[in-house]
Amino acid sequence: MKINTSKTTGLRKSLQRAEEIFFRSLMLLSSCLIVGVLLMIIISIMRKGIPSLSFEMLTRTPKGGFYFGKEGGILNAIVGSLYLALGATLLAFCIGLPVAIFMNTWLLRHRKTVNLLRFILDLLWGVPSIIYGAMGFTVMIMLGLRTSLLAGIIVVGLFVLPIMIRAIDEGFKTSPAGLTEAALSLGSSKSELGYRVLAMQCFPGIVTAILLSFGRAIGDAASVLFTTGFTDRIPTSLGQPTATLPLSIFFQLTSPIPEVKNRAYAAAVVLTIIILLTSLLARFFTSKFKKQSIKF
Amino acid sequence: MENLTKIRIEELNLSIGRAKILRDISVEIPKHKITVILGPSGCGKTTLLKSMNRLTDLYSDMNVTGKIMIDGDDILHTSRDVTEIRKRMGLLSQRPYPLPMNIQKNIAFGLEISGRRKRQFRDKRIEHYLKQASLWDEVKDRLKEPASSLSIGQQQRLCLARGLAVDPDILLADEPTSALDPISSQEIEQKFIELKKGYTIVLVTHILRQAIRLADYVIFMYLGEVIEQGQAEQFFNQPRTEITKAYLKGSIN
Repeated sequence: MKINTSKTTGLRKSLQRAEEIFFRSLMLLSSCLIVGVLLMIIISIMRKGIPSLSFEMLTRTPKGGFYFGKEGGILNAIVGSLYLALGATLLAFCIGLPVAIFMNTWLLRHRKTVNLLRFILDLLWGVPSIIYGAMGFTVMIMLGLRTSLLAGIIVVGLFVLPIMIRAIDEGFKTSPAGLTEAALSLGSSKSELGYRVLAMQCFPGIVTAILLSFGRAIGDAASVLFTTGFTDRIPTSLGQPTATLPLSIFFQLTSPIPEVKNRAYAAAVVLTIIILLTSLLARFFTSKFKKQSIKF
Repeated sequence: MENLTKIRIEELNLSIGRAKILRDISVEIPKHKITVILGPSGCGKTTLLKSMNRLTDLYSDMNVTGKIMIDGDDILHTSRDVTEIRKRMGLLSQRPYPLPMNIQKNIAFGLEISGRRKRQFRDKRIEHYLKQASLWDEVKDRLKEPASSLSIGQQQRLCLARGLAVDPDILLADEPTSALDPISSQEIEQKFIELKKGYTIVLVTHILRQAIRLADYVIFMYLGEVIEQGQAEQFFNQPRTEITKAYLKGSIN
């Protein structure tokens, strides 16, 4: 009897160990897969892009014949993309932060409403950007407007708004209920609770939300296709059409001329570096402010 | 003077969804005394405490009837803003929740809320309230450091100082020592005894010894009902009901 039980526990133990090994290697494999794909993308962009990357390309706007391999650069698209993404992120932030605070303070006792809102926002998050572009385009036609930076900022802003709200909201959800109660019990109003306590406590989450939105805004091609148009000039006002990096990549990549194609990769390198820089910057600021938030 | 009532609760019923949390609560809480709400876990002590500063408003599906009169003003059915009501009470929770700011600003936040924004008095007032919570000597050289760098016992005293900075006349404490080490607990208890001269203190606890040490007046709750209430001496020495006797002996927990 005794031997029998020790045998079964021995078997169970080795089964457990096998399970452990199996799942650990599965995790390792999927991690390698993800990192591998990322590395492949980055390496292939860098390999093709860096040789065509030049100072001229970063500092000049396209000259005549640029799209046939002649001289010029993509400064118009770099500046345009930055204008557009910064504007859209700012717009989404100005609307998104109050909405997220509203959901986590005023609506605190209406949990069903909040969950419904979250569900709707998640749906909106999943809507393809071309839908936003088409919607913006329809409205612009109705109003008789032409493609412009402002139209792009509004459409892309709306497109990243659900991301912004939900990312900030997820940050707020990690803040403990006790902190909310502590702030309210002091007699602070709901706005004071939201903007001074929750926003401070979840500052890293807010930075992440901004970063996420900025990344989506600068990298999206479909929503700007109809709304911002494309031009070789750097816009000087919100009413002018604007070039963007994703569209610049798209137009150059579809060219049959190999030089132009390589320039598309160079533009992709620029886009990747911009996103990398924002990410590093965000991390720097996050760690700077993290020390104020209370760990629970 | 002895029996001045600060808070009078009449026929308070509170339910969340279908669950009845509090049934027919009628109690009187005397002014400038320590009133201990005693009872086993899950008997509704915390809910009763939170209903006094209307933190129960945050619960969804909550239904409340009855009256909570503070200085003769029914706070459940008042047209006054709920922040006005909360400003009159400080709350210490089970574990400290300092605000995500530095030590100084934690207190300044309380000052600003009570409308005392003048810069010239700010530093003096911060010092005053930190001294009142016996924290000043430990933090006077590090006021600009984040509150999260303090030990948990210091954080609880910071929360006390912050609560006092709003200038309340009632202190609500929800098992304020349950996360603290024995020495910090003792410091908090000592503070309560000092502070009861100027404040009405309502303390929730399930630690019988703490109740014996601190209480002037006891409210004993069991399963959402008030079983017994009275002066501490009489409550601990001559309990009237069987449940109270059993609890004091340690057979209910």
